[in-house]
Amino acid sequence: MSQAQARAVPQTASKWKPEIIVFCCNYCAYAAADLAGARRMQYPTNVRVVHVPCTGKIEREHILASFEKGIDGVLIAGCLEGGCHFIEGNLRAKRRSEQLRDMLDEIGVGRERLRMVNLSAAMAPTFVQRVNEIVQTIEGLGPNPLKAHDAPEITQAQKVGVP
Amino acid sequence: MIVASPKSVTELKQLIDRHQKVLFVGCGTCVTVCLAGGEREVGIAGYGVRMARKLAKQPVEIEQITIERQCDNEFIKDLAPAVERSQAVVSFGCAAGVQAIAERFPGKPVYPGLNTQFLGILEEQATWTEKCIGCGECMLAEFGGVCPVTRCAKHMLNGPCGGSTSERCEVSADKPCAWQLIFKRLQSIGQLDRLEKIHPPKDWSKAWHGGARKIVRPEHRI
Repeated sequence: MSQAQARAVPQTASKWKPEIIVFCCNYCAYAAADLAGARRMQYPTNVRVVHVPCTGKIEREHILASFEKGIDGVLIAGCLEGGCHFIEGNLRAKRRSEQLRDMLDEIGVGRERLRMVNLSAAMAPTFVQRVNEIVQTIEGLGPNPLKAHDAPEITQAQKVGVP
Repeated sequence: MIVASPKSVTELKQLIDRHQKVLFVGCGTCVTVCLAGGEREVGIAGYGVRMARKLAKQPVEIEQITIERQCDNEFIKDLAPAVERSQAVVSFGCAAGVQAIAERFPGKPVYPGLNTQFLGILEEQATWTEKCIGCGECMLAEFGGVCPVTRCAKHMLNGPCGGSTSERCEVSADKPCAWQLIFKRLQSIGQLDRLEKIHPPKDWSKAWHGGARKIVRPEHRI
């Protein structure tokens, strides 16, 4: 079954697991995720890490395209403020993500599905904690409402399990 | 250049609420430079409107094209096949571009995707300021290259008004007093004597007060 087909199948609340993208800056969050792995720290498997050279390199289109394709949540993990390898890439990402959060609210997807966090390469426990936090948030919010619109209409008969 | 600002996703959604297939047209000139209606901004608006419409259970198909200049028929004519395929057009050009497209395609609804603001310049990254209101009779030579018609809140030709504080306009503390700028500029170029001239009331008939203006240059006509 392809991913698209898998999405089209209505999932019950218990079966549904959020799909989350974590954009990780090469100089901090990616190294922190690597360190978390080396230390055998556990974090949910429904998180997909996307390695970027700097959070300032993440364009708004990348985030919007992710949500349009049905991703449930996006976490942007950049360097601590003042610690960007490219001086202010993380500060630009912060401003862009704030604007995008407003836009996601306006669209109806909801601002809570996008979050930016700051950490250093040594902060593996913080990385795991932040990932767990967004997973919990998204589990509370439920699936991306756009994904629900991809699913075929469920008839009353299907709802009550009539063959 | 002409400076414009984007309309919100909600506004764009309302503009096209009666159409299911819409063409978004960006402009590669002024509004690309002011980050309002270029190829990227059209793309971002497209994502927003598509998702908002899908959530409203009224999905819309959006085609996106950005042309070099929307205020020039030479470029607009290339839009014809895409306009034909769509029920409506949203122009992300300035208001001149919107009207140029509407005139070219009389049978097609054309909506503005931007709010056209003013003639201005890029002051610093992502900050634009108004420099010209297009009064039709440029007086910059008299004022050391600083336009009081545009930049003085009272359009004073014989300023200053006396309301400024710490070189700032009394209308708003973030506006510099145009007459302070004029004084400094004339002082630095050694032309303070220009301030002794009393200017008569401006002839506003050359501005837009007489309706939309038209310029014909016979020497260039063919």
